[in-house]
Amino acid sequence: MSARPEAVVETVRIEVDGIALEVPKNSMIIEATDRAGIDIPRFCYHPKLSIAANCRMCLVDVEKAPKPLPACATPVMDGMKVYTRSRRAIDAQHGVMEFLLINHPLDCPICDQGGECELQDLAMGYGRSVSRFTERKRVVQDKNVGPLIQTDMTRCIHCTRCIRFLEEIAGTSEMGGVGRGDRLEIGTCIERSIDSELSGNIIDLCPVGALTNKPFRYSARAWELTARPSAAMHDGLGSSLYYHVRGGQVMRAVPREDEATNEAWLADRDRYSHFGLYAGDRVRVPHVRDDGEWREATWDEAMARAAGALRAVVSEHGGEALGVLMSPSAANEEYFLAQKLARALGCGNIDHRLRELDFTDDPARPCVPQFAMPIAQMEAADAVLLVGSNVRHEAPILGHRVRKAWRAGATVSAVNPLDWDFHFDLAHKLIVAPQRLVDELAAIASALASDGGAAVPDALAERVGAAQPDAVHRAIAEQLRQSDKGLVLLGHMAQGHFLASWIRQLSGWIAAASGAALNVLAHGGNSVGAWLAGAVPHRGPAGAAVAPGLNARAMLAEPRRGYLLWGFEPDFDTANPALAHSALAGAEHVVAVASFATSSIADVAEVILPLAPWPETEGSMVNVDGAWSELHPAGRLTGEARPGWKILRRLGAELGLEGFGQIDIGDVRREMPTEPQPEFKPISVAALPPPPAAAGLYRAGEVPAFSLDPLCRRADALQETAHAQSAFVALHPDDAGRLGCEQGDAVNVSQDGAMVSLPLRVSTRVPAGTAWVRSATCATRVLGDGSGPIAVEAG
Amino acid sequence: MARKQTVQADVPGRLTAETSARIDGWAARFPDDKRRSALIQALMAAQDQNGGWLTRELIEAVAEYLQLPPVWAFEVVSFYSMFDREPVGRHKVSICTNISCWLNGAEQLVSHVERRLGVETGGTTADGRITLVREEECLAGCCGAPMMLVDGHYHENLDAEKIDAILDALD
Repeated sequence: MSARPEAVVETVRIEVDGIALEVPKNSMIIEATDRAGIDIPRFCYHPKLSIAANCRMCLVDVEKAPKPLPACATPVMDGMKVYTRSRRAIDAQHGVMEFLLINHPLDCPICDQGGECELQDLAMGYGRSVSRFTERKRVVQDKNVGPLIQTDMTRCIHCTRCIRFLEEIAGTSEMGGVGRGDRLEIGTCIERSIDSELSGNIIDLCPVGALTNKPFRYSARAWELTARPSAAMHDGLGSSLYYHVRGGQVMRAVPREDEATNEAWLADRDRYSHFGLYAGDRVRVPHVRDDGEWREATWDEAMARAAGALRAVVSEHGGEALGVLMSPSAANEEYFLAQKLARALGCGNIDHRLRELDFTDDPARPCVPQFAMPIAQMEAADAVLLVGSNVRHEAPILGHRVRKAWRAGATVSAVNPLDWDFHFDLAHKLIVAPQRLVDELAAIASALASDGGAAVPDALAERVGAAQPDAVHRAIAEQLRQSDKGLVLLGHMAQGHFLASWIRQLSGWIAAASGAALNVLAHGGNSVGAWLAGAVPHRGPAGAAVAPGLNARAMLAEPRRGYLLWGFEPDFDTANPALAHSALAGAEHVVAVASFATSSIADVAEVILPLAPWPETEGSMVNVDGAWSELHPAGRLTGEARPGWKILRRLGAELGLEGFGQIDIGDVRREMPTEPQPEFKPISVAALPPPPAAAGLYRAGEVPAFSLDPLCRRADALQETAHAQSAFVALHPDDAGRLGCEQGDAVNVSQDGAMVSLPLRVSTRVPAGTAWVRSATCATRVLGDGSGPIAVEAG
Repeated sequence: MARKQTVQADVPGRLTAETSARIDGWAARFPDDKRRSALIQALMAAQDQNGGWLTRELIEAVAEYLQLPPVWAFEVVSFYSMFDREPVGRHKVSICTNISCWLNGAEQLVSHVERRLGVETGGTTADGRITLVREEECLAGCCGAPMMLVDGHYHENLDAEKIDAILDALD
């Protein structure tokens, strides 16, 4: 990347209310006044959206202009004199407010927005105390736009922020204005839900009570709520947000502006997942099992049982007989203390990568898998290659950044096992069955290598040499090579692939050979923190050398005598639920630390310790940029749940281990590394095992966006959305034809001897050779690998 | 325009080959990323195919054909008075009631036509012959006020006799 001279910003001098300002040329008056802290009322203007200038609330008086001008749409000019508080400006604003209130109901006490309403606030300053309008007000019928957003369209003032957001930011254009003049109505035109993964943002954008938070509605008033800063823990970005809390209970989530990650937005998953916090199966007190019967227990008793179980495994069978499996969304302190505890017991079997299947290239992985191109810079990328990624749903805010890059002219291409519906156009796409992903990447690598590129490493050389690149492979290679700021983005389907090592190594070489950055998006909210804290089997904290243990897959494939489960559900959160169940069911001792307990835990564990989930606990996380955040509890602890680090401290002490005497979380943090070791060097892989012959159908076991972790799965509103549909198997028309089945037929889907019956969907979005059977769903929790062979037969 | 062809598409909501060809012709006049510009004419073509009115399925079909969000098509249809969402008669008659025509007696003409056809504005005669469009804004024929629009054709300097003659000539 060439160093560019700093762009010189041309400025002009203006005067606002007698204050001299120097502002960038071509900016609008409202941008200048906002920066200078001069208040101008507005409804339709939003700095992140296009300018509409339709509410007219920001009219100001400009010297020599014959009439008041809208500050949001009037560019500054040298020598311009603006008066925001002159008689003419104030009269204009009063007039606009009177018109806005003509059709707006004056019943704030029964409106959910009351107390945090921009119209209410400005009406206090600009409205009359008594309405002169005595005619009938118009009434607009409400629309049902789905389970997340409540409409009250009579309150709408037609600012069109929601329309512009969905068109420009979300890229779905799901709302519009129907009708004309005084009959204009904002809505979805036809009765349908708004399905954007960012849809909840129109609630924040709506300046009135027309669009409000449906599950939160009428449950609290703005002035009863305390805003507690926190971060979202679902996708590794750690989007900044506020939890609004009343009496210790988390009532809702709203975005906290942070240009480095989520800007002013929040993904629906991050906004609505907390509604799962108080679900019926929340573990509120410790439980122990006696002779097959579960009963409540005190912490003392449960701790003694847990420590006894772990001690029994280790003393009878050795440390290697224990397996520690952790959620990929735990806190740094939990990862650090858990690996410390496991390794002190002589057990190297610790892993958080529960949805991954192929770990062959572990030694070659970087110390901490953070993004080479930070989130905020992704929108400046000029070429993007998605590999095994539905970026929109895996991390909606990243999807938004890719869309921004595309809007600015970047070419985006994809090598994916499903033809997902993106909110950007793909310049080139290779939609191939999972078993062919590696060959496609090898062909792209071959195209790069053949044009005098860098030498292909030995481990990849044979496969790349055998590849036959066609025009599309060459075009993708060329697109990356020509780019100044190229980006290769690996997503969940790549990470969870049964040949993930091949995909990672090939993608890494493609990125290196074309000068592009490689961003790898792992599952879970804090994978980067887990790597840093040493919750991987082959490395200690900050990449320290350790005796290697078993990875998440091997711990289940080669069953252990005992397990410590941390914050996940084995039948929903592992790559192979059937394997997880058989390994856990066959173990002598299983200790579960969990916030929610379903039968998959209750059937196998002997003690369940209540873990405080994110919004109630303290801890730190590291996002994909490597940015470290320390989070404080937002809600009060539910029941006797305890923060994870305290549970581990107590467990360590109970086991008589050294180094578990921390007084507060600060003590834990002082022990932990905050940076990867500077001298760390990954060891390149000498060889990767040859991929198996890929005959038959392979499963594309996508995890639905709202089934990602135990908390989302318990958020009712999210589960009622269209995205939550999961009971189906989708096949390419050719594969369906071979079976002799049609759309809607019940077909039998089987893996490793387990079979379920699912309705068939026939779709050209699924490539031939692929069975799209979602993971982490009730219907498929008895099946095997999310990525791997699968059989589909007529039912 | 001669008698309007009322060719019904075989499947409701499917564009006929003729309609598609008309849309292609309009779409070709704009850059590919400005397909939205062809929307009004594309919807007109679909409306002609369906006997003068648009079904929800047809509107969606036009949006899909032009690869535009359906919402954009619905916005256009609901904005312009020359698109109809309900079945209409064989002929559409719109009498301008905007300022110039109104000053020249358009209101009396509307009453006259309503009495003569036995329908109120917005209605269709029982024999399905004529739809009297509810409201037409200024059609820029002020120099010949009062004026009306019959199946897209202007008729100016109207009085009751002239209107009767024009309406009687419609089949």
